[in-house]
Amino acid sequence: MTEGIAIQIIRPFAAIGAAFISVLATVGRVARFAFVALLRGLTPPYYPARLFAQLMQIGWYSLPVVGLTAIFTGAALAQQTFTAGSRFNATSTVPAIVVLGMVRELGPVLVGLMVAGRVSSAMAAELGTMRVTEQLDALSTLNTDPYRYLISPRLFASVIALPVLVLLANAIGILGGYGISVYKLGFNGVSYLDVTRRFLESSDIAMALVKAGVFGFSIALMGCYNGFHTGGGAAGVGKATTDAVVSAFILILLSNLIITLVAFG
Amino acid sequence: MADSIPKIQLADVAKSFAGRVILDGVNLTIDPGESVAIIGGSGTGKSVTLKCILGLIRPDAGSIRIDGEEMVGASARQADRLRQKFGMLFQGGALFDSMPIWRNVTFGLTRGRVGDSTRLRRIATENLERVGLDSKILNLRPGELSGGMQKRVALARAIAPRPDIIFFDEPTTGLDPIRADVINDLIVSLVDDLGVTALTITHDMASARKIAHRVAMLYQGRIIWHGPRDRLYDSGNPYVNQFVQGRADGPIQ
Repeated sequence: MTEGIAIQIIRPFAAIGAAFISVLATVGRVARFAFVALLRGLTPPYYPARLFAQLMQIGWYSLPVVGLTAIFTGAALAQQTFTAGSRFNATSTVPAIVVLGMVRELGPVLVGLMVAGRVSSAMAAELGTMRVTEQLDALSTLNTDPYRYLISPRLFASVIALPVLVLLANAIGILGGYGISVYKLGFNGVSYLDVTRRFLESSDIAMALVKAGVFGFSIALMGCYNGFHTGGGAAGVGKATTDAVVSAFILILLSNLIITLVAFG
Repeated sequence: MADSIPKIQLADVAKSFAGRVILDGVNLTIDPGESVAIIGGSGTGKSVTLKCILGLIRPDAGSIRIDGEEMVGASARQADRLRQKFGMLFQGGALFDSMPIWRNVTFGLTRGRVGDSTRLRRIATENLERVGLDSKILNLRPGELSGGMQKRVALARAIAPRPDIIFFDEPTTGLDPIRADVINDLIVSLVDDLGVTALTITHDMASARKIAHRVAMLYQGRIIWHGPRDRLYDSGNPYVNQFVQGRADGPIQ
């Protein structure tokens, strides 16, 4: 009887332990996958055409959605800062808050999330379909390494494309804030840009680029890992796609917090 | 044949997935130029056997030798090298749906890279002719072809790099009897004319009898019977009898 109660008490701890171990095992598998993909991507045969195709897919075709996100966010940020600042005569902080908010946090995070939604899902669905239709196995039997041919180009392209997208998004976001401030809130355009320039430091841009690189890696890694390890037909592809997007979101938000804390903590 | 090195030799190959035993000590020897069919019900480990030989799945125990060289535990480079001896026809074709037919057929030669497209188209045409297809389909996508044509394109893709060994995963499944027999004839001619070693997994008895010199039956992760194709219907083995006659009652549940 007492033994039964003891087991009842232990059970939740056992469940927590099992969950913890399974998380660690997954982290290990993902790390190994990333390591193999990077290592093989650096050794021949290389696939420059595949890298270029992925750069187009991840970078070029994300431009519209990234641009729209940035301009709306920059404009909204300016309006909110103005409204809040007007309560204690601090409306002059608008350019500073817009530039720092965009470059340090909103630019990288929003671009990361938007591209994750576009790209992680597409990668997981494509690779997952290739898995369930045996196209990945077919690659191996045709003397082609699926890591070099499919995974490495996606990882490298994403790490290259995201910093470029974030730089553009930052510029467009600042432009959005400038537009609202000058044409609606009555700021002087020249002094707005002057304040923006004075507050923006190269270390902020460097941090935005580091974040963007990490996010780009997370996006491609989650899309590829979940797609590559799809099992169980059409339902499996659906699950892989969902898992890819959700895990990419979580990784982006978590790594953003860590980088921010390391830089400013 | 006794003194020559077998093309493929499996010894006590075992594999479990999440505690479920799939292969439980498979022993099988295939000589050069021989065509062997493995028959067995769904889920008896036929596909896993093929993928173990190809090095796509690593068995838990046992040895797999290709021309005397060990595949189990081979380095990635060694496995890549051994895999170049193989071509495989996948059950669903597994054609790359993002590429035109000619790129699919020549994929094993280019390893997916861009090449001299005039030369590659010529090679694709030659291999398509080998499987009885016209060069008119060169620029189509796999999705625009019927199931039987997709299988033949997949076969052309598998033979284009001139492999020593070809695996056929349920080559006739999903085809009508006439289309199925076209594929059977192609497999027979590949073995006879090109001298390839063939290993087929199937549960189509007519196909197994036509294309294989020897038949082996896989049941509960073991080869429980093997013999020449003429003995398939008088094997004296109750499991084989039940399977080839397709009866619901018998030792196989």
